[in-house]
Amino acid sequence: MTTMLEETVFSRTEALCDMRFHYCPGCAHGIVHRLVAETLVDLKVLDRTVGVCPVGCAVFAYDYFNCDMIQASHGRAPAVATGVKRACPDAVVFTYQGDGDLASIGMAEIVHAAARGENITVVFINNAVYGMTGGQMAPTTMIGQQTTTSPLGRDPGLAGYPIRVSELLATLDGPTYITRQTIASPKEVLATKRALTRAFQAQVDGKGFSLVEILSSCPTWWAKTPKDSLQWIESTMRGIYPPGVLVDRTGYA
Amino acid sequence: MKMNTRVLMKGNEALCHAALDAGCFCFFGYPITPQNQVPEYLSLLMPQHGRVFLQAESEVAAINMVYGAASTGVRVMTSSSSPGISLKQEGISYLTGAELPAVIVNVMRGGPGLGNIAPSQADYFQATRGGGHGDYRTLVLAPSSVQEMYDLTRDAFDLAEKYRNPVMILTDAIQGQMMEPMTITRDPLPVPAPLPWGTRGTRKGSRTIINSLFIVAEELEKQNQRLQAKYDQMAREDLRWQEEELAEAEVAIVAYGSAARVCRTAIRLLREQGVRVGMFRPITLFPFPSDALRAVGERMKLLFTVELSAGQMLDDVRLALEGRCPIGFYGRTGGVVPTPEEVAEALLAKMRELGI
Repeated sequence: MTTMLEETVFSRTEALCDMRFHYCPGCAHGIVHRLVAETLVDLKVLDRTVGVCPVGCAVFAYDYFNCDMIQASHGRAPAVATGVKRACPDAVVFTYQGDGDLASIGMAEIVHAAARGENITVVFINNAVYGMTGGQMAPTTMIGQQTTTSPLGRDPGLAGYPIRVSELLATLDGPTYITRQTIASPKEVLATKRALTRAFQAQVDGKGFSLVEILSSCPTWWAKTPKDSLQWIESTMRGIYPPGVLVDRTGYA
Repeated sequence: MKMNTRVLMKGNEALCHAALDAGCFCFFGYPITPQNQVPEYLSLLMPQHGRVFLQAESEVAAINMVYGAASTGVRVMTSSSSPGISLKQEGISYLTGAELPAVIVNVMRGGPGLGNIAPSQADYFQATRGGGHGDYRTLVLAPSSVQEMYDLTRDAFDLAEKYRNPVMILTDAIQGQMMEPMTITRDPLPVPAPLPWGTRGTRKGSRTIINSLFIVAEELEKQNQRLQAKYDQMAREDLRWQEEELAEAEVAIVAYGSAARVCRTAIRLLREQGVRVGMFRPITLFPFPSDALRAVGERMKLLFTVELSAGQMLDDVRLALEGRCPIGFYGRTGGVVPTPEEVAEALLAKMRELGI
């Protein structure tokens, strides 16, 4: 007779709902959702968290995060989060935004939320493309990168240059913590988790505005396999968008 | 301010006190003439009362801050003037789609485009037809005195919560800037407890999702039907209008807001000449008091609409009457305010044309 020993080594975090993600195979939204969710549990703030989701691939995030959620209009999540935080200062408030939402149509809102030092946390997914609408050119699309609205590759003479959001916001006195991370390897996933923890901890401690930019993969619109997509982050995106800490006024060790 | 207090103040200041006395917890705004007294006044008053004032980076940001604060279940207001209200329209559409209560003030100025800063009523269509995208309406209140700037703004917060729908105070540069005596008719309310469904975390006992996305067509249609049912309820329960000197009248002027003030003087001039004229003044512009106006129109020889526009409420007057009574119109645009004499002369000309 044999005895089966069962041990749970991995399970869904309570901060994610029992829902099937709509994201494409190989998309990194699922990884980042999990990291954010775990962070909220680790910091024991899930029951006072209010998330604001964008217009873009993460528009349905209100179905996934197991906390109060608000769906914002395109680009305005930092303004909505400001309204929530000012009305209810003891809530932990985060926005979850893509590059089109945050760096194109929502550029004014993110800059001013950062300049005010608004005590919120911004999770910024940079995959250099508009996903939900079908792979169009984003403000973060790199020179020469082919998209459905730059079919011959992004031409700077026609469409200008990609925007480095974290560097741009780092020129302001308002932000407390700004960092750029990637999810291209297990090591970097863990580093992203540590960055998210620091960002949310800063908010919990009332230290002000935090933003974690995450270089993320979009196999569908990059026309690459999931594995090649992660490789492309390392080979191409990192050069234009170097990971690292740009602002840290948290005072944490 | 305490009940029965008698004060002299500007309309813009009266609506600030009304917001404060209604327990408004947050105000978000952006500078634009002729409503600047509102954010200026509240930037001092709100913090003094332990409440939130924030100058946003744009009208777009301001209305989205309203969306966020309203989501948490507190009373919230924003104010602007015509071009700024245009910028807020997407946000107003989202507020109605997500069924959030909020008070939005439009101190109208001349348009289109940058227009000017003079009084106008040219945003009637925008205010009463929805203004943004989608099949929605806002409840629209049109004050005609500093007293009503206070009273209707107090009511606006209750109506917004009753319907979980934005309520607009549609006023203009005259109402905002002029000073009049007014009496505080109700005691101030303390800031009420946040509404139970507010997004303040699941610690309240349940999970709240604030959303206007219904990806399945049949579900979005159901949401639209819920909204339409609310608008029907507004028309049953919250119509407001005022009838003045209509008992013996054969002609009725239809006017709201500042135009009604000019018309009141015109009516005095006309009555001195023996013309039997009175006034029907809509106070809710949406829902429009159509049945009441039809009942008045059916016993008149002429309904004469006067607006500071090229004729916008005129459409609602025509729709209410459905041809039951001749309808005339006089309007000035671009910020020009007609004199009572001009209005009287225009009305007399129309009466001559109709052989009245």
